[in-house]
Amino acid sequence: MKQALLNLFRKIEPSKEKKLLHTAYDAFFTFAFAPNETTHGGVHIRDGMDLKRTMVHVVLALQLCYVFGTWNIGHQHFVALGEHTAPLAGLHLKILYGLVKLIPIFIVAHVVGLGIEFFYAARKGHSVEEGFLVSGALIPLIMPPDIPLWILGISVAFAVIIGKEAFGGTGMNIWNIALLSRVFIFFAYPTTISGDDVWVAGFSSTTPGSVVEYGWFVTSVLNPILATIGSATFNVQSAIVDGYTGATPLSLASQGGWENVTATYSSSAMLWGAIPGSVGETSKVLVVLGIIFLIVTKIADWRIIVSFLVGAAVTGMLMNLWGVTVFMQVPWYNQFIMGSLLFAAAFMATDPVTASATPTGKLIYGFMIGFIGMVVRVLNPAYPEGWMLAILFMNTFSALIDHYVLEANMKRRMKRAVVTATA
Amino acid sequence: MKKLGIKISLVFIWVSLANQAFAQTPGLLDGANWITYAIIGLVGFIALFFVIQVADSFLAMQAKTVGVDTEAVNVSIFPKWNEIVGTSNQPSFLKGQEVKKLRKGHDILLEGEAKGVVQNISVRSFAVQPQNFIGMSPIPKLVVEIGQKVQAGEELFFDKKRPEIKYVAPVSGEIVAINRAAKRAINEVVILSDAEITYKVFPAFDLENSSREELVHYLLESGAWTMLRQRPFDLVAESDVVPRDIFISTFDSAPLAPDSNVLVAGREKSFQKGLDVLNKLTNGKVYLGLNGRQLPSPAFRDAQGVEKVYFKGKHPAGNVGVQIHHIKPISAKDKVWTLDVQGVITLGALFLENRFDASRIVALTGAELKEPKYVKTYIGANISELLKDNLANDHIRIISGDVLSGKQKSEKQFLNYYDDQVTVIEEGDDYELFGWLLPLAPRPSISNTFPNFLFPEQKFKANTNTHGEKRAFVVTTDYEQVMPMDILVQPLMKAIMTNDLERMEGLGLLELTEEDVALCEFVCTSKMPLQQLLREGLEAIREQS
Repeated sequence: MKQALLNLFRKIEPSKEKKLLHTAYDAFFTFAFAPNETTHGGVHIRDGMDLKRTMVHVVLALQLCYVFGTWNIGHQHFVALGEHTAPLAGLHLKILYGLVKLIPIFIVAHVVGLGIEFFYAARKGHSVEEGFLVSGALIPLIMPPDIPLWILGISVAFAVIIGKEAFGGTGMNIWNIALLSRVFIFFAYPTTISGDDVWVAGFSSTTPGSVVEYGWFVTSVLNPILATIGSATFNVQSAIVDGYTGATPLSLASQGGWENVTATYSSSAMLWGAIPGSVGETSKVLVVLGIIFLIVTKIADWRIIVSFLVGAAVTGMLMNLWGVTVFMQVPWYNQFIMGSLLFAAAFMATDPVTASATPTGKLIYGFMIGFIGMVVRVLNPAYPEGWMLAILFMNTFSALIDHYVLEANMKRRMKRAVVTATA
Repeated sequence: MKKLGIKISLVFIWVSLANQAFAQTPGLLDGANWITYAIIGLVGFIALFFVIQVADSFLAMQAKTVGVDTEAVNVSIFPKWNEIVGTSNQPSFLKGQEVKKLRKGHDILLEGEAKGVVQNISVRSFAVQPQNFIGMSPIPKLVVEIGQKVQAGEELFFDKKRPEIKYVAPVSGEIVAINRAAKRAINEVVILSDAEITYKVFPAFDLENSSREELVHYLLESGAWTMLRQRPFDLVAESDVVPRDIFISTFDSAPLAPDSNVLVAGREKSFQKGLDVLNKLTNGKVYLGLNGRQLPSPAFRDAQGVEKVYFKGKHPAGNVGVQIHHIKPISAKDKVWTLDVQGVITLGALFLENRFDASRIVALTGAELKEPKYVKTYIGANISELLKDNLANDHIRIISGDVLSGKQKSEKQFLNYYDDQVTVIEEGDDYELFGWLLPLAPRPSISNTFPNFLFPEQKFKANTNTHGEKRAFVVTTDYEQVMPMDILVQPLMKAIMTNDLERMEGLGLLELTEEDVALCEFVCTSKMPLQQLLREGLEAIREQS
């Protein structure tokens, strides 16, 4: 079976002159088969771990978020309509609707991102690097479900070309690719990614009475199929129920404090994640599972996650002490179940390329993200969330942190030399 | 066993998290329900505990009948407290000694450990390879020619840059070949040994009443000087240098490395004599690094005139570079000397028997050998003769040294000058379906993404596959798990790549040699050639000075 597959691959191998084609072939070939390369020169045996395996474990850690996110897109959609409001009611409709929204985002992110990766790999004459495996898995999870696909495509292209390839490819970038694509949309097309209207799929406005907007795929493909098998269908006439608001807990908190949040969402809903938000970040429980997975497998450095959380907690307490606005008075521990704090700590701050590289540096780096992110979240009047900006900001300074850690290491060594010289 | 503690605490965290979650779900666990659930839980717990306790008692009874219930073995299901927190009792031989515990590192457990008594083996051809000595010019000056007869201890060649150091024949016999590489560089000076080794006899040396200069001269003349290696750079010691200190590691923690207790057995006197000689060569101290995990031979434990420091930790705790770092690190302008155990023995034998004794006990190891064992031979033995009738198959890699920092050899070639180990492992030049995702064959790794980490005692049959392609540096947590020194390896490597000499030196390059970063190279996710990079950096600094 293995030999047959190997022969098949050999048969379809394009000539090396067709660079782009051969690069793509090579990427798929090394995806299917670990190469037969052997060690030479240095060590004779190598650890079983490689970059592909590292990256795929981050993707594995994201899978629960994907499953939950798919359901939640549908769930939030129907909650806004006042239909199937129980979590498991209309489950197949919710999943179907989630897939209808999520799959195109996933495809566009990967086709654009991987396409650019393949192109540059062919041009530079090296094999396709795995970096986009994780970026491509993260990008759909940090987007609102209704993000226009052309905007998504442009943002991914921007992030990969300007953010990564311009610096030399995987391992060389300064900023986190996934966040760079998000921040591009945030500044270039702010209305598609901020405000109260964008976090629930299927509506151009979340004011009560707005009629749902289903695309042609739902009305003329899914609905007829659902009708033939005698199941419930998507109701094209339904509208948003009275009293509904698409606001996220954070925007509620910035308007009216913790009481205002709990008036709409229970803390267990926020914990489990059945709230509006970006696709994959809403469920805190599943993100915590992801954190545990990443720490146990040592894929992510615990230092960054822990110091990030400590930084956020300390800043939250300081805000409580200060307490001049309603948002500042939100108990610090409740900050953890709102917004994407945990998701950012688990998957965004821990990107090893853009984080500090030294153990001490990581502690400082994580703490500073926690601090700055919380400050931006609470004090910024326009946009009540700060992790994206805080992480990109600290990405910029991670090399500086490392510089001082290295200087300290060198000074320690110099000092020792002086001591032994005088002794 | 420390991992067990982590596992248990993780379960606790998870349980309390789950509790939190349920507690926040209204109606599920409120009011009286809480008490009901608590009682059910408690009853269930007690029942489970009872069952396990009974099983445990059965286990204890069984252990008694089989006779394995000694104090050292915990046959119970329940871990002892010290197994959970990892503070096991110190072995008695460590009491009252200076012990350094190294937390970082990794033991690569491979199949094919050398076992049993040291066997005699008939090897007739030997070679001294000039390129084993770092910094040697490509074409050293030969003082012998093909066909000439030599005695053990007679000079073969010298380096034109340092003519005072003589490189001598390990055995007596006839020079049968001088093998050259490209540009006439000399690779091997091959000697076909006599059946009975004859030695060049040196005049007896009075260690007590001679000056250091006379001693140095005597060592240079006899060829035993080549046992002394100098850090930084790992050169053969410079004859005009008085080293700050001399360091000897008396255990090798590398994969399948020979047990130093076996190496020194029967030659304890030579070892002690060698230490006495070394004390004459330095104004500082002679440090002995001892194994804190396993009882060292009395030759090491009771050695006289040296500072003894025990090291307790995983590989690379046995590397002399690591030991220097923890005893008294090399600073700028410091020069220290290092020796291996058999080097000290050769040195001592020179003063006891007045001859250059190049005999070596060599461990033949690796999963591809029919019978891994210890054999007695001399420096630079021919590999095919060492491995005669012992190879299990022919798709193999032969390594002079260990799998981390050894050198690849063909069967025609010879053991390197300082090596006392041959490792034979399988070549891994085969494709593996989804090898990166679902590895079917177990392989050594420090990563917890492999189920290996649950079975820390498992031994592997490793092969030479790279398990992935070379990439730029991405992951930053791998080296630090196995580097028990205050050295930041990845920034150091980047400094070498950018040829930043000041930073290389500042970050501790001079404290390292290849073997010290070999384990980092093994774990490297990006499959970087760290040992090669390190040597490039060292060469760049050496050219400057």
